[in-house]
Amino acid sequence: MDLGSINPVLLIASLMVAATPILLAAIGELVVEKAGVLNLGVEGMMIVGAVSGFAISVETGSPFLGFVAAAVGGALLSTLFILLTQVALANQVASGLALTLFGLGLSALMGQKYVGIKPPPTGDIHIPLLSDVPVLGPILFTHDVVLYVGIAIVAAVWAILKFTRAGLILRAVGESHDAAHALGYKVVRIRILAILFGGACAGLGGAYISLVRVPQWTEGMTAGVGWIALALVVFASWKPWRVLLGAYLFGGITVLQLNLQAAGVAIPVEYLAMSPYLITILVLVILSKDKSSAPASLGRIFHASR
Amino acid sequence: MTAPLLCLQGLTKAYPGVIANNNVSFDIGKGQVHALLGENGAGKSTLVKMIYGLVKPDSGSMLLNGVPYAPSEPRAARADGIAMVFQHFSLFDALNVAENIALGMENPPKMGDLAKRIRDVSETYGLPLDPYRRVGDLSAGERQRVEIIRCLLQDPRLLIMDEPTSVLTPQEVNILFETLRKLRSEGTAILYISHKLEEIRALCDHATVLRLGENVGECIPAETSARDMAELMVGTGLKTPERSGRALGDVALDISGLSVPAPSEFGTGLKNLHLTVRKGEVLGVGGVAGNGQDELLAVLSGEVRSASDAVKLHGKPIGNLGPTDRRRLGVLSAPEERLGHAAAPDMSLTENAMLTGSVRENLVRRGFLKWRQAQAFAERIIEDFDVRTPGPGNAARSLSGGNLQKFVIGREILQRPEVLVVNQPTWGVDASAAAAIRQAMLDLAADGAAVICISQDLDELMEISDRFAALNEGRLSTPQDTAELTIEEIGLMMGGAHGMEVAHV
Repeated sequence: MDLGSINPVLLIASLMVAATPILLAAIGELVVEKAGVLNLGVEGMMIVGAVSGFAISVETGSPFLGFVAAAVGGALLSTLFILLTQVALANQVASGLALTLFGLGLSALMGQKYVGIKPPPTGDIHIPLLSDVPVLGPILFTHDVVLYVGIAIVAAVWAILKFTRAGLILRAVGESHDAAHALGYKVVRIRILAILFGGACAGLGGAYISLVRVPQWTEGMTAGVGWIALALVVFASWKPWRVLLGAYLFGGITVLQLNLQAAGVAIPVEYLAMSPYLITILVLVILSKDKSSAPASLGRIFHASR
Repeated sequence: MTAPLLCLQGLTKAYPGVIANNNVSFDIGKGQVHALLGENGAGKSTLVKMIYGLVKPDSGSMLLNGVPYAPSEPRAARADGIAMVFQHFSLFDALNVAENIALGMENPPKMGDLAKRIRDVSETYGLPLDPYRRVGDLSAGERQRVEIIRCLLQDPRLLIMDEPTSVLTPQEVNILFETLRKLRSEGTAILYISHKLEEIRALCDHATVLRLGENVGECIPAETSARDMAELMVGTGLKTPERSGRALGDVALDISGLSVPAPSEFGTGLKNLHLTVRKGEVLGVGGVAGNGQDELLAVLSGEVRSASDAVKLHGKPIGNLGPTDRRRLGVLSAPEERLGHAAAPDMSLTENAMLTGSVRENLVRRGFLKWRQAQAFAERIIEDFDVRTPGPGNAARSLSGGNLQKFVIGREILQRPEVLVVNQPTWGVDASAAAAIRQAMLDLAADGAAVICISQDLDELMEISDRFAALNEGRLSTPQDTAELTIEEIGLMMGGAHGMEVAHV
């Protein structure tokens, strides 16, 4: 056992990388759920985003175009969910599960050509001066752009939900769609936009896995991250900064347990592997013991005639 | 009267299978309080939804100040100075007062300024309100203030109020009427929808009566008797329930020192209740919604259990028994929520009859259902209580509110209860059906059952109950003989003032 081989600076830097896919998917789902829609298809949208991003960046050689394609791919898959739940008024839980299964199959088909290829590297930006600061520099200021975009999205979602009229209307629709409709707000349109945003975020998160975290494509490579993101939204009590906290906690423990495994700690691997799930859920459950609760219309189907 | 503010001409709206409004025409004058009267399903709601732009008329037209007016959506209606206070409040529980009001405005000012304006307007009209309180924590009366202030901030020319007093205490009603009179004196027209005739007589200048979607007459409420208006609404003579003089028997249900914690975050706990009901007696329990009515029903039906001594039937403790055991002993109940609590919406009437009737009507043998007997039981309910439905095979959801209510109450009464507990037995039920339900409860009491009727309709409680008690924040006032009570005293009991103390509202 050699705990000395774990470098805390590298550990923290890599936990931010490990957390970003979950963070992106969860913040998208948070917006969707705030609008009163429960989309269980996060995993499916992530994996479709992962394969679309991978394919486009391999074909074009541009990771940037890859991430754009991933967002578009995730959003496109979410239009299927929109058709089912907002137009055909199907059950959201069943539609979301179907979306995940469909996404997993579709991505396997789309990615057949790309197994075993390396994507073009996504460069890290080195912010001058700041990245030279000891300890903090390598931790905070030497990452790729998408990681910062993820944090920026969290901040933006928080500010928009809290301070703007658009955010107020979104929350109102999620709280009581009937009342929002009675006041003349376009419930379905607002929800469609929210679902598209959620799809795009999930797609970005998926591509972050296939282009940055594990730069390659394998079938089913999101490996349940979408489900963790879904759980994270609930345990974070639908609060953006808690989603960030939860994602980093989860990412941190994931990276730490990998390091511990490598260092040969005498705890069975299975326990280490399950620890991120257990600890994240435990911490967030304790945090969520306050008054906040789910959006009141979450998962309910809206029909204008009633 | 000068030119009318809003002129409705031949408005017609049909839904599949039903004509909601047929060629309705009338005028609303400036600064007039205009009542729109009618039973449930007479088409009042559809009519105001057309005025407010939520529903488009199939034919007919409207003139606002002489100019054609056809709002495509509520926004357009609001822009033209028409505001509406909804029957079921269109508020968002998780948001605060200011946020709720901002949602109803086209161009809301900054939150700080808005909060100040809310304070100003609420003081001016005598409706005090804190802009930063969460709406979920407000009482029904306060919630209504939020809606009214939301409308007033837009300086409406016409204010539509859909059944505004159904959730208020008498004192709150008086405050509301003061506000409305003040608005009228400032030239705002008010379209006031209600089926409470005495209120309309006290407040309104003019009334239009709808029946089955048609305008069947207009009148000046102050010069017309409530009975005449009711008969115009119903179309036939109205029967008032009769109380036959009956002797009270022994104590049937005895509740002493009953306390139950609040079952949920938004519920109300019951605090040290004392109550006895005798055979043949109808006890009325009044109070504003959310003061423990649902919890009281749950404790009596057995859904929520208490200390076994706290509830006694004929002297035997039953507080720890569940609903099925209590049914076996003859304690039956009909909760307020018809769909989802009293009846399973997507199950047939036969199945619903079986759900509560299986014990007392012997509809189950060794775990197997006796379908034929269950169907006969359902048919008997439909027959005896005049439930309008094609047959017992129809889903509970397909019945109108009044018909389902008759079914739900009838189902319990036909099981020959010794103690019957009902919550809001005639809520949302039209006048003739309500009279039938009340009569059935009185008949049941005359046959020696003890009846506890929880209701927010004071007229109903005055009409049928022998004694009256009020629930306030989970506490029950001492029951008093109804005959000796005045409406003012009842209002004070509902407000929690148990003595001579004057309520400051």
